[in-house]
Amino acid sequence: MNKKELVAVIIIVALSLIFYFGIKQPIVFSSTVSYIITALIGLVLLYIFIRTVGGKIFGRRTVFLFVGIAVVLPFFMTIKQPIKSSPEVKSLYDAVLALKPDSKVLVSFDYDPPSAPELQPMAESFFMLCFERDLKLIIMGLWPQGPQQAEMALQRAFLEPDIAAKNLKYGVDYVNLGFQTGNEFVIQRMGSSFKSMFQTDYYGTPYDDIPLIRNVTNFSNIDFVFNLSAGYPGTVEWVQVAVDRYGVKLGAGNTAVQAPQMYPYLRAGQLVGLLGGLNGAAEFEKATNIIGKGTKFMVSQSFAHVIVIAFIIIGNAAYFLGEKRREENKPNQTGMNNQPGAN
Amino acid sequence: MTEESWVLPNIKTALIFLISIICFALAAGQEPDDSIPTTQDTLNTPPPNVTPVMPKKVTAKDNPNDEGGAIVITWHISVDDHEGGKVTGYKIYRGTGPDQKFTEIGTVTSGTGTFVDHGVNDGEKYVYKVAAFNSFKENGRTVWEVSSESNITAPVVSSAQWFDWRRINVLVGVIFVCTAIFLYIQRAKSGKELYIRKIAGLESVDEAVGRATEMGRKIFFIPGINDMDNVQTIAGITILGRVAQIAAEYETWIEVPVSKSLVMITAKEIVKEAYSKAGRPDNYNDDQVHYLTDDQFGYAAAIDGMFVREKPAAVFYMGAFFAESLIMAETGNSVGAIQIAGTAMPSQLPFFVAACDYTLIGEELFAASAYLSREPRLLGSLKGQDIGKAAILIAILLGVLLETFGIFELSNLFKVID
Amino acid sequence: MRREIPLIITAFVGIVFIIQYFIPHYPFNRLNGWFSDWFSIIGACAIWLGALNLMKISADRVYRKKRDWFYSVVIIVSFLMITIIGFAGGPDFRDYGTGFDWLYRLVYTPLSATMFALLAFFVASASYRAFRARNLEATLLLVAAFIIMIGRVPVGDAIGKVLHLPESIMPSQIAGWIMGYVNAAGQRAIMIGIALGIVSTSLRVILGIERAHLGGD
Repeated sequence: MNKKELVAVIIIVALSLIFYFGIKQPIVFSSTVSYIITALIGLVLLYIFIRTVGGKIFGRRTVFLFVGIAVVLPFFMTIKQPIKSSPEVKSLYDAVLALKPDSKVLVSFDYDPPSAPELQPMAESFFMLCFERDLKLIIMGLWPQGPQQAEMALQRAFLEPDIAAKNLKYGVDYVNLGFQTGNEFVIQRMGSSFKSMFQTDYYGTPYDDIPLIRNVTNFSNIDFVFNLSAGYPGTVEWVQVAVDRYGVKLGAGNTAVQAPQMYPYLRAGQLVGLLGGLNGAAEFEKATNIIGKGTKFMVSQSFAHVIVIAFIIIGNAAYFLGEKRREENKPNQTGMNNQPGAN
Repeated sequence: MTEESWVLPNIKTALIFLISIICFALAAGQEPDDSIPTTQDTLNTPPPNVTPVMPKKVTAKDNPNDEGGAIVITWHISVDDHEGGKVTGYKIYRGTGPDQKFTEIGTVTSGTGTFVDHGVNDGEKYVYKVAAFNSFKENGRTVWEVSSESNITAPVVSSAQWFDWRRINVLVGVIFVCTAIFLYIQRAKSGKELYIRKIAGLESVDEAVGRATEMGRKIFFIPGINDMDNVQTIAGITILGRVAQIAAEYETWIEVPVSKSLVMITAKEIVKEAYSKAGRPDNYNDDQVHYLTDDQFGYAAAIDGMFVREKPAAVFYMGAFFAESLIMAETGNSVGAIQIAGTAMPSQLPFFVAACDYTLIGEELFAASAYLSREPRLLGSLKGQDIGKAAILIAILLGVLLETFGIFELSNLFKVID
Repeated sequence: MRREIPLIITAFVGIVFIIQYFIPHYPFNRLNGWFSDWFSIIGACAIWLGALNLMKISADRVYRKKRDWFYSVVIIVSFLMITIIGFAGGPDFRDYGTGFDWLYRLVYTPLSATMFALLAFFVASASYRAFRARNLEATLLLVAAFIIMIGRVPVGDAIGKVLHLPESIMPSQIAGWIMGYVNAAGQRAIMIGIALGIVSTSLRVILGIERAHLGGD
């Protein structure tokens, strides 16, 4: 480790200790201060643009600094932004609303902690919506950490007073079947028998001892499937196996990177709705009126998008001005360099 | 003449009276039953006119195109099954004969007219009946429930099928594409010259290796993070053989850090073979191909660290990648390496296009092996693949035209057949 | 025979798996699952080969004090620590509160999340560098990226309201149209091409025309 790396580690550890021990109250800027800070950032970007036009080239580290500021600062700010649900989010919401009370909803958690910032808010608001509508939840995972993420989402849902008042019972109103290895073959086998894939639930209770699922044989006993996916196996496998072979009604929540890949399935009707990234989570929270982390984190995302767009403009300004300078420095076409015989 | 006794009739009456008193006392002394019973026998009396009309035309038949052990029951939903109607759902009962005991095997919600019973044994006869039921629940308990049962179906036997007719369109497509590939392979074997367009990324493999040689720096080859069961990994490993051979000829160090043990074993064999084919078997070092970690981000972190410390001149990304692709590609770009990427992961292609000098998009990765080797049979297979693509293009154009005029037969051919 | 036997096995298994897709009857319907289970078992056993290789190379770097050998010490210590703590935890090593769980939740998970979070910075720097209007295609890419980025966050519609744009051409509407139609068409085209490429490559491997993965021609 060289000196720079050592200094960086010391600074990070020191800042962490200061934040952890030194600051007792959460830091929250008022709206006025938040907008002032936003305006200041805008002015600095304008300064960078002007300097770029003047010939100075800013490197990657400047971009990194501004992205870091754009993501971190909104946590301390009080800025509200209007969120509108897009058609694919609305259709997922409508599909859940169309389910009758006591309908069985299978939720597959196909992601791990790195993707949780985008997908966990979707899981939480989906659970809250299902519990409010008296739907029965059957939870499973094709990724090893999926069921643990589901447990965390359940704990969050149970903090809501309306849902806590329902006194939901494990095994009667919801059940966690846990993780099963096998990727798309699990889905294939579930088409004929859930029990063949999940002999016990997450806690080791035999399948037949759980009232909610003892009469659930396969997908024909399920009214809706919701898949939260960060990669493979994920929504693509659920569409290819569960929708195409067994005709299930499927809705999906995906990371922002994966979401564009799902639009062909959405347009073909194989997906009834799609939540794409943190934006999708925030739109779903808006549709369900359950405001959670998705809406809160969207401010950071908005800031980050604007910063990236600003630097793209700055980058293009640098490019075009660089091209112009290269043109100006090119030798004159009618000058000495172009005389016959000259090279 | 004897007198009629007054005791006997009185004792009989007294006994009846006494028994009645005892029964009344027992009934009066009982605790009131607060629990709402859940069985049909002990439910409250339903109000009048709530019994739905029974479902009609109930049929049961062997579930087609399956592995057996399943019977599909269909029915026409009750006339009372509508918004605000009398039907809560349907219960399905199974028996082994019309006079045998029936067991409830499932329940479906109103509006549903089909149920698949997966709990049967092949070769045994079963009969079914479906009951439309109406129930009222309060606080999660059933207060009352009424139902009306359909007629019993004819006996039915389940069996497994030897061919899944729902996939006939897939079979036709597979035969068509495979035939095209076979034909062009045969044609290529006969010596006919086959044209293949330039792929910029593959044209610059030599340039990349040459650059590394001039700069005296390493080449890195990253075969993706999937295992050997993924076709992209096989395609990537195939390209590794060609790149390793060129590197061996130039005597440039090629390093292959891998994420999966089976890929490591295969890659070692390939690189060793490549060095032998280049006539430099002694230059091969077993540590050139080494394992890092199965974990996605651990792998990316290790690769990034190697890039920053060792500053390779050329990096190849050939295989299946996920979120770690941009992390590696940007770091590679920051150290000034020439980067050539190839993947069939649509979500990662934009990242590679933005961060790498050359990108093989989708099927270009699979064509790379044929392109680099110029072997006739491999080139022939590319041509056959192109015929398949041409057929799909024509089907899409025709389909769009026909659907615009309301003719759906062609597009229905490509759907999953029910 | 060293290469002939794997080729025969590949051809046989490949053809059987093509056929099994169309036959629902036992045992064909189970083949996929059985082979997938066996592959998982073999992969899990093979992981030791990789781990031992990693330890061997790291130990060699430390022994010979090669450049940056300190990082190899970190690898060896981390590997041994988590292995020993995991085994010491017994069958319930993953339960809440065990040493393994502590390492997973408080060390591995934040590290993974950090690496994933790097993507935010790298996307920005890649966009800054790559989205230049060099030619027509690059300009189209730039404009599409611009619209999508501004349309997918609420700021886009806020800007649209300030500019008094009609509802139908709000940034979110245009972004939605691009995602739903232009992007969907492109994704479909790439997926179809990839699928055909996979068919062709698989056929070459099954027929033994493609043999490079076995160790050469």
